[in-house]
Amino acid sequence: MSFQSNQRPETGAFFARDRGWHAPALTPEYKTSILRSPQRPLLSLDGTISEITGPVFGHSMIGELDNDLIQNYARPGESAIGERIIVHGRVLDESARPVRGALLEFWQANAGGRYRHKKETYLAAIDPNFGGCGRTITDDDGHYAFRTVKPGPYPWPNGVNDWRPAHIHFSVFGHGFAQRLITQMYFEGDPMIWKCPIVQTIPDRAAIEQLIAPLDWGQTIPMDARAFKFDIVLRGRRSTLFENRLEGN
Amino acid sequence: MVQEPHRLKETPSQTAGPYVHIGLTPNFCDIHGVYDTDLGTAMVNDKTLGERITLRGRIFDGADTVLRDSMVEIWQADSAGFHNSPSELRGTADANFTGWGRCPTSGEDGFFHFDTIKPGKVPYKDGRWMAPHITLWIVARGINIGLHTRAYFSDEAEANAVDPLLLRIEHRARVETMIAQRDGNTYSIDIHLQGPKETVFLDI
Ligand SMILES: [Fe+3]
Repeated sequence: MSFQSNQRPETGAFFARDRGWHAPALTPEYKTSILRSPQRPLLSLDGTISEITGPVFGHSMIGELDNDLIQNYARPGESAIGERIIVHGRVLDESARPVRGALLEFWQANAGGRYRHKKETYLAAIDPNFGGCGRTITDDDGHYAFRTVKPGPYPWPNGVNDWRPAHIHFSVFGHGFAQRLITQMYFEGDPMIWKCPIVQTIPDRAAIEQLIAPLDWGQTIPMDARAFKFDIVLRGRRSTLFENRLEGN
Repeated sequence: MVQEPHRLKETPSQTAGPYVHIGLTPNFCDIHGVYDTDLGTAMVNDKTLGERITLRGRIFDGADTVLRDSMVEIWQADSAGFHNSPSELRGTADANFTGWGRCPTSGEDGFFHFDTIKPGKVPYKDGRWMAPHITLWIVARGINIGLHTRAYFSDEAEANAVDPLLLRIEHRARVETMIAQRDGNTYSIDIHLQGPKETVFLDI
């Protein structure tokens, strides 16, 4: 019953991915990529129904504390240790339209830079009240928000003295499987961003800056938590107005 | 000056890192109590229509070492060839089939493993049919942007022979890298990230 274009089912193929904006597969300064990077050209395929479609996740699957990493692993009456922050923003597509119903999953180290993982060997302490994962789904305007503690930086085995700047890992589902994206968010003003070989896999400085969340003073909750704003852009779709008609279906 | 099309840039991808399982399958790596179950572990239920199959495989790096820290997601049509998505306008997908699965490749042997159903064929853009296939998406430490590929089925030789995507693979020997081999109800496919057996990966 709606005339709004954003109510139409989305059936257009996605804009071609700008591979030059992303990191190439082979980035020798990030050593693990050397043996894990395909060497042959990718086979280009204008999206078919298998890539234009994607799974849908309903708000009903989200638990009450899923977007609160300070509480979702904490013992009753306790909470995670660290600088309390809100991370919020919008998920848009390349045409600047909000992506509603996008599932965001995030994971991070604790305030000391330590992950809760059996393979993790960094000597920083485990926080018994911090699991390190959360998730949420965007609203009709593409907005999301979650609460956590600011993760600490941590050293990692690559060069002799490589450190990851403070970061939060994000996994994003849009509406088509071709939009599937995993990325990392960094914090405004962190000088370590520019020393990190994983950050530096991205060739364009402007692209790196797209991953840096500014302090959002206006959204700070007084006496409680500072806010950082991180907008995410997924691939946009071509209009289907002048698409060739599908035959045989 | 001309008008600008005002397009935003896609958020750049970054590696999923060594601890992707903390975020996406926390129960698998012993973080219990946050989510009841890990997403994507059950694609079918008792009422799902179609032939029950298992898709399994491993991922190898350029030194032929098995990856034990990666994660695979799959997306596929139901047994009638419909996707469980609002963008599927040709028909209604089986409500008892999610079409989407997620599995870590960790532990001792590095296998991923999906209990699913064999998908139906789906149309290509020009009206030809694509052979039944499952889309795979692979992320891991050392992979800067998720890798898309497909698994086709060894017992669909006729449909595979006219599949519009497989036909476009210039080096015909590489078609085999996308064919999962049937043994009973299990289809096996090995993914090679590089080297002489490198899998055909897609820019979609
Ligand atoms: Fe990390």
